[in-house]
Amino acid sequence: MYYTTDTATTPNAKIPEGDLKDKWSNFKDKTRLISPNNRHQYKILVVGTGLSGASAAASLAELGYNVSTFCFQDSPRRAHSVAAQGGVNAMKNYKNDGDSVYRMFYDTLKGGDFRAREANVYRLAECSSHLIDQAVAQGVPFAREYSGYLANRSFGGVQVSRTFYARGQTGQQLLLGAYQAMMRQVHLGRIKSFTRHEMLDLVTENGVAKGIIVRNMDNGEISRHAAHAVVLATGGFGKIYYLSTLAMGCNGSAIWRAHKKGAWTSCPSWTQIHPTCLPQAGNYQSKLTLMSESLRNDGRIWVPQTKNENRKAIEIPEEDRDYYLERKYPSYGNLAPRDIASRAAKERIDAGHGVGPLKNAVYLDFKDAIATQGKDIISKKYGNLFNMYEKITGINAYQQPMMISPAAHFSMGGLWVDYELSTNIPGLYAIGEANFSDHGANRLGANSLLQACIDGYYILPQTLPQYLAQQGKATPPESSSEAFMNAENQVRSQLEELSGINGSKTVDHFHRELGKILYDKCGLSRSAKGLTEAIESIRVLRKSFFQELKIPQVLQGINEELEKAGRVADYLEIGELMCIDALSREESCGAHFREEHQTPDGEAKRNDSDFSYISCWKKNEDTPVLIKEPLQFEFTKPTERSYK
Amino acid sequence: MDFKLKIWRQDNPQSKGKMVDYEVKKISPDTSFLEMLDQLNETLILRGENPISFDYDCREGICGQCCLFINGRAHGPIEHTSTCQLHMRSFREGETIHVEPFRAGPFPVKKDLKIDRQALDKIIASGGYISVNNGQAPEANQTLIDSDTIEQAFDAASCIGCGACVASCKNGSAALFTAAKISHLFQLPQGKIEHKKRIKNMVETMDQLGFGACSNTGACEVECPQGISISHIALMNREFWK
Ligand SMILES: Cc1cc2nc3c(=O)[nH]c(=O)nc-3n(C[C@H](O)[C@H](O)[C@H](O)COP(=O)(O)OP(=O)(O)OC[C@H]3O[C@@H](n4cnc5c(N)ncnc54)[C@H](O)[C@@H]3O)c2cc1C
Ligand code: SF4
Ligand code: FES
Repeated sequence: MYYTTDTATTPNAKIPEGDLKDKWSNFKDKTRLISPNNRHQYKILVVGTGLSGASAAASLAELGYNVSTFCFQDSPRRAHSVAAQGGVNAMKNYKNDGDSVYRMFYDTLKGGDFRAREANVYRLAECSSHLIDQAVAQGVPFAREYSGYLANRSFGGVQVSRTFYARGQTGQQLLLGAYQAMMRQVHLGRIKSFTRHEMLDLVTENGVAKGIIVRNMDNGEISRHAAHAVVLATGGFGKIYYLSTLAMGCNGSAIWRAHKKGAWTSCPSWTQIHPTCLPQAGNYQSKLTLMSESLRNDGRIWVPQTKNENRKAIEIPEEDRDYYLERKYPSYGNLAPRDIASRAAKERIDAGHGVGPLKNAVYLDFKDAIATQGKDIISKKYGNLFNMYEKITGINAYQQPMMISPAAHFSMGGLWVDYELSTNIPGLYAIGEANFSDHGANRLGANSLLQACIDGYYILPQTLPQYLAQQGKATPPESSSEAFMNAENQVRSQLEELSGINGSKTVDHFHRELGKILYDKCGLSRSAKGLTEAIESIRVLRKSFFQELKIPQVLQGINEELEKAGRVADYLEIGELMCIDALSREESCGAHFREEHQTPDGEAKRNDSDFSYISCWKKNEDTPVLIKEPLQFEFTKPTERSYK
Repeated sequence: MDFKLKIWRQDNPQSKGKMVDYEVKKISPDTSFLEMLDQLNETLILRGENPISFDYDCREGICGQCCLFINGRAHGPIEHTSTCQLHMRSFREGETIHVEPFRAGPFPVKKDLKIDRQALDKIIASGGYISVNNGQAPEANQTLIDSDTIEQAFDAASCIGCGACVASCKNGSAALFTAAKISHLFQLPQGKIEHKKRIKNMVETMDQLGFGACSNTGACEVECPQGISISHIALMNREFWK
């Protein structure tokens, strides 16, 4: 057995009393506050300066808390939120198309295949409209109609237009808004920003979070930071697949090291594989670039009817094209949710209909949209995406269809948090993509910028003070304790171990191998047999990593290979837990598709009687322990998730 | 494709650097420039040599972290393209390629091709924002903004903070970077109120950090990966002297 189950523990999600609509207000009404004069005495560490971290840091500093931020890039503005293209959802109902908080809540819950908490998801929808107000006030240039009103578009999995966008650079603009708010607080002296500092361990004393150990990536110095609370906003770990849409430095290390100190990890195997990315073109490739899902508003996806088609796309007549999403899912068509669109693409590619030199892609065609709306309109909507496509592939998508393919993109799983975004370690919070959060087993497009912002701007600044208030009078945090010393020593010896192996293979070699195993066995489609094989292969790979790794033996100064080695060492452990998590879930839900559990026409078959829970993995010597947080559906009835 | 490379190597900020020769062979034309360097680094590591340090993160042209000076040009030969979006098909077979860090007084070299650009964050910290606290914002559609204004503000707001404008300016001026933020916020109604203070603080900070003066050569606009126009500098200058 790869894991044991602990049925005696039931996680307390701390969901407030009351009707769905009132829960968040009920929480706010009763939460304990800290008087403005005392706030500066509380020190809060925010690790990560993406949308969630920067917005949390700025908001907490505005309230008067004493904040330090950490990021591994050379500026907070470069966090990977910057790369989000398509948009951010919010319930404004500006289109008068029937949107409501409840509908947004329900779309999100259903999109996640009823594997998220009702109360959390409702709050996400409820707070969404303020975000747009705040972002506009900061100067975020969201797209406007000619009349000057804000514009909207649709994203996958919904039938209303609630996505706000800023060209194809929504993440960049939202992040700059949050970054600027944060830099304003840096200027006012309320935030101390540590760039190029990587968190390498969490320090706990008597089971309570007390601080972190970080490494200065420019000079190798290891330092201790003590605080009253620690917030992890370190983003997603989809880079574990090696080829992914994430930035090169994205990692799972901060949350994994917290996991090793006792924080539960939830549903780590729920990875979103995005349907519209550029296909892999060769072995040397280091990432797969995402083409925004918004393209599916006007682009039509198809493959040739005949296998191994050799004609060029533009030479293939209509009758020889299979618009398979429109065929299989007539009511949502090209806007079917991501998990469904990706799986459908994989099915067509595996069946021999793939296109491109490696036959690993499908077409995304704008011919009809250009014919009906004109090239100018299409260029205004997607111009920068078309440019980007041409820069990378050398192909002009106004003349020929794009070629796209699924790629690892988003981690629905992450650290377990309760309604207050606290992990099971008191004083340790997780926000943004780093927590397992509100997306259930599949995230809807444009909901994740939203979640990162809502966590950072609206929830954490309301919930974290409650924890501080409970501590009573603030005493200055101390970093001289034994716990800090031990954690620091452990970090040092791990770095020495990694740099001392002196084998014959590079870090990237191991990362690529791990990625292949995970794509193959723990990707779009999973089976007990495949997952068991994957666990065994990962164990072998991990062993060889610690025998054969070769990195420069430099501990002082810049050493990128050492940074990568630490991350890959963690990935090798996370990868195993992902496979165990996927193995333990004997059902298909959202992005988690178990071959053993499908309907006769190949759709996911959920099992609510046995698996309507969130998995919470607890670290144990060898075998991880599974704790289950049952999901209660008081206000909705989980239905079969059909987009036909 | 085969290439000869001359690459700047420097151990640390204090040491004196030099150009070192390397060769790479059988590189596919569709390889990106950074992936070509990755391949070179893999061979260096396996040979027990120190790999070349260079900056990157997103590798899709938006984070602004990549910053190589290639054959005498910031971000290399293709206009309006960041280093990570550059592919080897843009070079000639057998070509000798010179790779250096972005150079400017306020951007000290940390190691090899990696530089310190914290000065740019300091310029933003001195005023590159609208001072609105979380919670203060009015309903978003209360102020209408016509779409042309938004588009123009966006052109400026799209700056990725890479510093190519500084590196390609013979005076080492950060005018384009600074003007882009000033212009983005100035063009929006919600950014007008603080405009005077913002422009004064940002321009003064830029000068204090040791960036040079702008003499309108326009070199920055040619190399800017986002194609940001020097008309924003004109706006900044006009408004500064008002
Ligand atoms: C290409 C792409 C496009 C996307 N498009 C959309 C979209 O259109 N709409 C949408 O809603 N969502 C989109 N998403 C998802 C969304 O962008 C992310 O989920 C969200 O931005 C995550 O924000 P975050 O604050 O949680 O993390 P990030 O923005 O990833 O920030 C992580 C931060 O943590 C820091 N960090 C990480 N590890 C450490 C460590 N060990 N020590 C110190 N610091 C550390 C990093 O430096 C960084 O500052 C997209 C994602 C990708 C990859
Ligand atoms: S103005 Fe252009 S060149 Fe200068 S930092 Fe911004 S994006 Fe880079
Ligand atoms: S690596 Fe992000 S812009 Fe080049």
